[in-house]
Amino acid sequence: MSHANEAFRLTAAPPPVPRVPRFPLRRRIFSIAGWTTTALALILLTAAMLGILEMVFVRGIGALVPATFTTITQGTGGGLLNAIEGTFVLSFGALLLAVPFGMAAGIYISEYRNGWWAKTIRLLADVLVGVPSIVVGYVGYVTMVDWLGWNFSVAAGAISLAVMSLPYICRTTEMALQQVPGDLREAAFALGAGESQVIFRICLPAALRAILTGILLALAVSVGETAPLLYTAGWSNYLWDGKMTHSPVGYLTYAIWTFISEPFASAHQLAYAAAFLVMALVLLVHLAARLVFDRHRR
Amino acid sequence: MKFKTGLAAIAGVLPASLVAIVLFLTVYSWPAIRFNGFHFLVSNHWNLGNLYADPVTVAGTQVAPGAHYGILFLIVGTLLTTLVALLIALPVGVGAAIFLAEAVPGRLRLWLSFLVELLAAVPSVVFGLWGYVVVIPFLGQHLFPFLSRIFGFVPFFAGPSGSGYGLLTSGFVLSLMIVPLIVATLRDAMVSQPPAIREAVTALGATRFEVVAKVILPSLFRVLVGATILAVGRALGETMAVLMVSGNALNYLPHNIYAPISTMAAFIVSQLDSAMQDPTGMAVRSLAEIALMLSLLSLLINFLARLVLAIENRSARHATIV
Repeated sequence: MSHANEAFRLTAAPPPVPRVPRFPLRRRIFSIAGWTTTALALILLTAAMLGILEMVFVRGIGALVPATFTTITQGTGGGLLNAIEGTFVLSFGALLLAVPFGMAAGIYISEYRNGWWAKTIRLLADVLVGVPSIVVGYVGYVTMVDWLGWNFSVAAGAISLAVMSLPYICRTTEMALQQVPGDLREAAFALGAGESQVIFRICLPAALRAILTGILLALAVSVGETAPLLYTAGWSNYLWDGKMTHSPVGYLTYAIWTFISEPFASAHQLAYAAAFLVMALVLLVHLAARLVFDRHRR
Repeated sequence: MKFKTGLAAIAGVLPASLVAIVLFLTVYSWPAIRFNGFHFLVSNHWNLGNLYADPVTVAGTQVAPGAHYGILFLIVGTLLTTLVALLIALPVGVGAAIFLAEAVPGRLRLWLSFLVELLAAVPSVVFGLWGYVVVIPFLGQHLFPFLSRIFGFVPFFAGPSGSGYGLLTSGFVLSLMIVPLIVATLRDAMVSQPPAIREAVTALGATRFEVVAKVILPSLFRVLVGATILAVGRALGETMAVLMVSGNALNYLPHNIYAPISTMAAFIVSQLDSAMQDPTGMAVRSLAEIALMLSLLSLLINFLARLVLAIENRSARHATIV
């Protein structure tokens, strides 16, 4: 018997494997063409971003020298100390102004979210994001620089930047607070806490990391802004003299814009160095934010 | 109750600043609106007049003799750059979103998304620098002459191909600035589609690409429209990058896609210096009128996008209830 079995095993054809039907040629070509073009689109965008990073960092490294950080701009040469200082003063000044008001607005629209005032603020915050930055700068010029007579100054520049970053801080604060579970609020209220205690002692600490990340992102936006500052902060080759009004101040993005169109190599070096510094900060902030939000997600 | 009132008052700074901007622009540019009339929008002639002569009085306001403010070329330039940017950004953005959402595995997707979305974080002036240093020489010396030679028969593609500053360059740079918005919105929407749809369509015998192209993408049409309108809003107001690559044309309508142009936002920056020389102040007020037009345009776009997305939300909620 076993003998016959053996023979059977050797001679019989293996059971037929059902063949997966292939898609008709036309549909296969459609698919292949589709994946190829979408891949090309992604490659184009990635290449553009890498191209920008490559230009900024390769040329920027070549342009950075110790003198960039230690000397002020002289004509079309020298260093960028004045611009670095100015960018810090303007950006942090803007944050100091925008954080309290922006966070207050964010807290309000998160915690009292269904009232008409909250809805109005939320709507206008979204509209304010859409107002072109040059419009903010222009209004800053006409009101503060011209009408109030502050001239080009830190105050006018920082206030213009602050108006730009208000809606960012507002909406990130709102989003961060919305991540805090409602149970936490109910538990606190049940223990007899008042509204202010629930917000300041419970919700804000729980949302702190996300809010700080949002503020950091707003800072990166401020550092990269040019248009709102052109006619409010002006430009200066000298270090800031500490006056809030009546004295212009330099900043990095202005150096990029103005020095690249000068015909001198030394000016181009300044523009590349400034671009390097701005992009390095933007990149660091966004990497940090990505890491924070990744941890959140996991 | 008291706490809430105080918080509401402090929070009011945000809406107040927006209202202040719009109100102020309107009030400040009112004399210009009255002086310029409807010509402002349809006339193609921006002329500060003779700034050294004595001002003359026209219709009750003092202006420099010969002053005439018409911004048709700016409106055309703004709309055309936005259109070109959209024509590039839309297919590229949709394609990249599809590939990111459907074909790139987890960890890599995170980093490629990061790279693409980083485009949105690059400051406008750095885009301008890149355009000025890298894009313009390449386009002006290689791609544009090639395009005008090969596609010269297509309307607006014929030469002269110019120096590289102009409409197509501005549109290209702008498209990179607005594309992350399209990619991010669409990719998130695609990833969060219920897997049941995908499985059902696959079971019916569709290829993976057909699932995406014929079912998932059409179902996200409104999301795409909303994101696109927001992207248009951003493109309209972009200043520095356009300023650095557009060629800043004055009183000039482009005759082909390589021609220099200027946009409303870029024009405000490039003209404020000379407008300040006008002793009557009408030039600065006319620039304020441009800023007002630009703000109103962005407001309009913004509301349009919200409307589309609101309809989307309502229909989505409706779908889950049924």
